[in-house]
Amino acid sequence: MARNLGFLLLPALLLAASPLYAVQVDEILQDSALEARARAISSELRCMVCQNQSIDDSEAPLARDLRLLVRERLNAGDSDRQVIDFMVARYGEFVLLKPRLAWHTAILWAAPLLALLAGLAMVLVSMRNRSAAAPEAVPLTEAERRKLMAIGHSPASPHAGEASNTQGA
Amino acid sequence: MIAELGHYALVLALALALVQSVSPVIGARAGDVGLMRLADSTALAQFGFVALAYGLLTVCYVTSDFSVQNVFENSHSQMPLLYKVTSLWGNHEGSMLLWVLILSAFGALVAIFGVTLPTSLKAKMLAVQSWVATAFYLFILLTSNPFRRLVEMPAEGRDLNPILQDLGLAVHPPLLYLGYVGFSVTFSFAVAALLEGRIDAAWARWVRPWILVAWMCLTLGVAMGSYWAYYELGWGGWWFWDPVENASLMPWLSGTALLHSAVVMEKRNVLKVWTILLAILTFSLSLVGTFLVRSGVLTSVHTFSTDPGRGVFILLILVVFIGGSLALFAMRAPLLKQGGLFAPISREGSLVLNNLLLSTACATVFVGTLYPLILEVLTGDKISVGAPFFNVTFGPLFVPLLLAVPFGPLLAWKRGDIYGVVQRLLAAGAVALVGVAATFAAAGIKPVLAPFGIGLAMFVMAGALSDVAERVAFRSMSLATIRRRAAGLPRSVWGTVLAHFALGLTLAGIVCETSWNSERIIALKPTETVSVSGYDLTFEGITSRTGSNYREIAARFAVRRNGLQIATMEPSKRVFPSRDGMTTTEAALLTRGLSQLYLSLGDSKADGAVTVRLYYKPLVLLIWLGAVVMVLGGALSLSDRRLRVGAPRPAARALPQPAE
Repeated sequence: MARNLGFLLLPALLLAASPLYAVQVDEILQDSALEARARAISSELRCMVCQNQSIDDSEAPLARDLRLLVRERLNAGDSDRQVIDFMVARYGEFVLLKPRLAWHTAILWAAPLLALLAGLAMVLVSMRNRSAAAPEAVPLTEAERRKLMAIGHSPASPHAGEASNTQGA
Repeated sequence: MIAELGHYALVLALALALVQSVSPVIGARAGDVGLMRLADSTALAQFGFVALAYGLLTVCYVTSDFSVQNVFENSHSQMPLLYKVTSLWGNHEGSMLLWVLILSAFGALVAIFGVTLPTSLKAKMLAVQSWVATAFYLFILLTSNPFRRLVEMPAEGRDLNPILQDLGLAVHPPLLYLGYVGFSVTFSFAVAALLEGRIDAAWARWVRPWILVAWMCLTLGVAMGSYWAYYELGWGGWWFWDPVENASLMPWLSGTALLHSAVVMEKRNVLKVWTILLAILTFSLSLVGTFLVRSGVLTSVHTFSTDPGRGVFILLILVVFIGGSLALFAMRAPLLKQGGLFAPISREGSLVLNNLLLSTACATVFVGTLYPLILEVLTGDKISVGAPFFNVTFGPLFVPLLLAVPFGPLLAWKRGDIYGVVQRLLAAGAVALVGVAATFAAAGIKPVLAPFGIGLAMFVMAGALSDVAERVAFRSMSLATIRRRAAGLPRSVWGTVLAHFALGLTLAGIVCETSWNSERIIALKPTETVSVSGYDLTFEGITSRTGSNYREIAARFAVRRNGLQIATMEPSKRVFPSRDGMTTTEAALLTRGLSQLYLSLGDSKADGAVTVRLYYKPLVLLIWLGAVVMVLGGALSLSDRRLRVGAPRPAARALPQPAE
């Protein structure tokens, strides 16, 4: 009897043994606007025991606890900002997938702009150098010219093979 | 015996690599053609021995020789043959062997196909390639020997990590490695050019096919990895900004920049210093990616190795090669002559903009990926940088880049006429506006950015088409002219058009998937129905079955549209007893045109109900189709006459010595 029962239960046991699921049915709030807010907040919060997963994606039990907590706070009438502040106060800044702008994250947030400005500066300086230097053509040696010809690149018309598209409008 | 032979073959490859590291350099210095040519033979022999080692390890896997530790830890006698072969690279040691296999294969390819290269450049290039190879042979032999035997032979293997038992994963790492390691060729060429002290447009022409090959493989590899994560991880996402994904995205971004700057260098002999730097940086980023994944600095799905000794070794390789090549660059770059002039509004100018934005994007990913690590080391503060950060920072960089894409190919070299180009793009702009309006009309104002995303995608696609329309004199309305000019267009032009068009496809897929993805999370009892976007799915019951090395619970759903059954879907969960009951989610996907229904199985309830997560993902396949078309564009470009037709095989002759 016990064995029979065990056989019947096997599929259920297998499923139950599997990791918990990201957002589960019983977590979903009745109020769809509130649920949408909960999902948006969840995708900004990190599941601390996972690798780079938001609590919205994660199957870990901790993520479920956090999802429930987010919904609890929303039900209590918190604003999005308040919910996030609450989570940060409780779990530290590590919980945020998008760090807040502060002194220790200044370089992170400035990185794209700094990289862009550095690149722009490089371009401007090299453009200036380029136009400052007289456009001097260093002639090819006879050997190089022959070799270029051999490669199929006529030095007389450097753009041979390239469709002409220089007509002005 | 087989494992020992493989080990021995790898040691021989190391010995050959040492010879190849030294002899061509001495040969080039002494002007000894024989010593320089020696590199060709050693490159081929090196590949032969690594291939032998690789083949022998494969034999160990196929025959399930569990006395080899690596096979024991990652294979199972009941596993399908395909996964026995592919599990070789599903672990640290084996994947490093694949790494050097591809590295030596590229060396051999250069030795075979580089007939038009100047002898001393080729010799130095192969020497540099061999320096890299030596480092990695040593790494494998000293820290990650895949041929190590166990004292007692276990009866059964531990099986491959279940989420890696998948066809997508069978092809993803080799493609990715072909891309990563392919850039070693451009790196070696760049360092060799710096050693030679001269570099010109011809260099770019020699290197461009190698850049293209590596870029194509990397594009496919990244796309494949994304698709694998999409269907295997069961969350329905296709890009997670995971550090390991970022590790493959960084070389892709800088490799794409390199592809474009090499065009400028080849055609106009400018941007030389920058191109050399990019070639060095791209491979450096590949090395950084290898370090991040292999050292266990980041722990994620992809990390197989968490041995700090290996991490330190790879870090050493990183420091030596990146530091060394950048130091060489700093010493030699000022000696390289800058080429011709160009106005800011010109084809060159547009490609500089492309490089500027791609490099900035790459720097953003780099900083975002490493910042938390560095901050924690320096201050102990733990922060996370995830998808929300990258989504916010990437958009502002990619929107101007994509807007500029149609302009580039239409601008003339040296000095472009922006008004003329704007006129020629009026039709594309009109198409984009119609797209924005139509999307607003069809989908409403939420989400508000989506119609503009669609408009941008259509602008990119229509812009690519206007380029080709312009070139074939489409407005002449004479079919004969169009046909004649279309046939006369170089394949590289078609390649550009196709790749740029594909960019629009991918963008359209991304916008559609993120804006109009519908989701249902619901618990269903048998015979109950859930509906999404006009599809009704009825839960018909659960079946359990046994696979080759797993047990499986599958839920069966009938899919109906307008009352007619069109398909059944069977999402399942697999349990792997050999891996302590580890479970994987096998989502069921139903492709409808370019859209997909995505059904993934969750918990079961006490009352016989199952939880399911159901998505309708409109036009999601465009994301990866775009990547495939991009690669086709690359292939067309690669088959261009000017890259295929080499110089006649040069007769043996005395070498001109570079002036010292």
